[in-house]
Amino acid sequence: MTRQLLTGNAAAAWGARLAGADYVPAFPITPQTEILELLGRWIEAGELDARLTLLESEHSMMTAAGAAAATGVRAFTATSSQGLLYAMEMLYAVAGWRAPFVLVNVSRGVAAPVTLESDHTDALAARDSGFLQLHAATCQEVVDLVLLAYRLAERPEVRLPALVNLDGFLLSFTREPVELPAAEAAARFVGPFDPGPVRFRASRPLSQAVAVLGGVPYSYFRYEMHLAAEAAAAAWDEVAAEFEAAFGRRYEAVECYRADDADVALVLIGSLATAARDAVDRLREAGVRAGLVRPRLLRPWPVAALRRALAGRRAVAVLDQDLSMGQGGVLHAELAAALYGAPGAPAVLASFVGGLGGRDVVPEELFAMAEEALRSAELGRTPAPRLLFTEAELVEVRKLQGLAGAERAELAGAPSRGRS
Amino acid sequence: MSEDTLLCRVRRMQELPSTHLLGAGTAMCAGCGGLQAFREVYELLGERTVVVNAAGCMTLLAVYPFTPFRGSWLYTSMASAPAGAQGVRDALDLLRAKGRMPPEDDLRVVVLSGDGAAYGMGLSATSAAIDRGLDFVYLCYDNEGYGNTGQQTSAATPRGARTATDTGSRGYPGRKKDLFGIWAAHRPAYAATVIGSEPVDLARKVERAARAPGPRLLLALTPCPTGWGFDPKDTVEIGRLAVRTGIFPLKEYEGGRVVHTKVPRPRLPVDAYLRTQQRFAHLFEPARDEATLREIQAAVDAYWAAVPG
Repeated sequence: MTRQLLTGNAAAAWGARLAGADYVPAFPITPQTEILELLGRWIEAGELDARLTLLESEHSMMTAAGAAAATGVRAFTATSSQGLLYAMEMLYAVAGWRAPFVLVNVSRGVAAPVTLESDHTDALAARDSGFLQLHAATCQEVVDLVLLAYRLAERPEVRLPALVNLDGFLLSFTREPVELPAAEAAARFVGPFDPGPVRFRASRPLSQAVAVLGGVPYSYFRYEMHLAAEAAAAAWDEVAAEFEAAFGRRYEAVECYRADDADVALVLIGSLATAARDAVDRLREAGVRAGLVRPRLLRPWPVAALRRALAGRRAVAVLDQDLSMGQGGVLHAELAAALYGAPGAPAVLASFVGGLGGRDVVPEELFAMAEEALRSAELGRTPAPRLLFTEAELVEVRKLQGLAGAERAELAGAPSRGRS
Repeated sequence: MSEDTLLCRVRRMQELPSTHLLGAGTAMCAGCGGLQAFREVYELLGERTVVVNAAGCMTLLAVYPFTPFRGSWLYTSMASAPAGAQGVRDALDLLRAKGRMPPEDDLRVVVLSGDGAAYGMGLSATSAAIDRGLDFVYLCYDNEGYGNTGQQTSAATPRGARTATDTGSRGYPGRKKDLFGIWAAHRPAYAATVIGSEPVDLARKVERAARAPGPRLLLALTPCPTGWGFDPKDTVEIGRLAVRTGIFPLKEYEGGRVVHTKVPRPRLPVDAYLRTQQRFAHLFEPARDEATLREIQAAVDAYWAAVPG
């Protein structure tokens, strides 16, 4: 094993390389492009025995990935934000082809307005597609979760594609020390690609992804996909144990940090976990028994592990870096569904939305979230969902609005008027 | 796949294969010109094919648990069948190159698309597949409208035709897009127009397409009893009239040159074709729409006037 400084994007590319990806259908989009460029350079240099094909859209890219996997090669691809949304029809479709491959999503807020910076709205839009979904918190996790995702996705009882998410900018362009698995050990862990019953060969004609008539066969095949995703949840511990045996790093489906005796647990996904662990330490120093519960697995949703981790907590503060308009935080709703009626479930599940489009979530906000959740538990009532936004930020936006108004007035030839 | 596996050389009707590779009993309408053309093409290309399908009428060829194919089939989406073909082709090439599949297991990759996808939603994916030099045959069954949903206007709908979305007295006011010309502008390995009612011409073009690795178009005009409004028994006759009136020119592109493979002499007036179909009935009843008919005839005349020879 070698330890080196890698960006999250490079770590994702290393994941594909170490997994022995045969085929990389590609399309550029910020902040993901570097992954595909790096894979292309390795292929060009003869360091990776694969083919990269540049498609004309993510929709086509996802089709090619699924079609290649259905023909019997190990495929890898990556996208982000608008690209993921543009490909969305095919995410749902290829999941039903039962031809596993790995898609890395470098999360980025979705338009409108257009932004390049990170939140989880894009990845969560793929929540119901049939893709397994894993969220990395560090560059080390990026490479490791790509390997784990292949193993999980390719299991005969699963055979679903997998999305591995890493946060744009915060991980994609951030260098962290990464211990790269040795190539032989990684190849042993992932194993050769087994196309199973899905492959196109002259000697084995196959009609794949055909139409069905009526709700009965349709329901059957959709239920099969659901059960396959649940089988992935059941298989996680075994795959993670094998990974630990091979590489010494243990990945639970749900990471718990100082959560065993916590009164209040922070729940979030992705790279903010690093700051959240630090916030937990500082809350502990200040006498607040805080902990962090961070699902790595979003689909399948590790309900049993979440219930175990949160049973006995007095309060939970959920931070969503996504927003379902008219509903609120997606993670919060997911967690409520997992915990409702579970023995020992926390009485208070407080919802906070923050970090949209790369907006910083500062430590003070994490402290305040924990404190508000605890206070609510003492009062015995769940607080209203909160959208994190400060007075200073509002002033900043008002300034921008003032400038926009002045610009418009100038273009219209009218004297600029202050905004009331 | 590089080696030529085409069964035979066809010069006369009697030499057409009668292998019946495509099973019967599909959900296509009686008299479907698309099924006619596809069957003729499939008989020649053979079972060592994987048909990559774009959403359209023919998506219902394979309905679980039945399939009419001796070879393989993959349904993709409306927009991205050429990208599906790319993924399959790339994967087959990789498997061969890496020794993970014997060469005899290789397949010819065929896209099967209606005009809705070919002229519209799938055009971007098609153009890019040609740019990449993808080794595939692209068969478009063109029934000049979104047939599977009840014949709404598509970019392939001809001027004056009534559709479910152009119901007025003048029919569709636009013009049919020149998909053959769009393909030819990409400099593909081969492109041809074909029609099921001219099976020898079709067979000769399938042969030529099979021998030209790279992007290859077979653009079939496919008379559609339900969408165009005619008796299913007339599919072949209407196809012949499309050729004899010069409305549908049979031609091929190869190496930068376009050659017409069947020049109608004498050309019948367009009325002879238009009269056979309910979608053009408003051009004749209650009174002849001379302006539109003249315009359609003039466009056909101008086309052939520009054809050398």
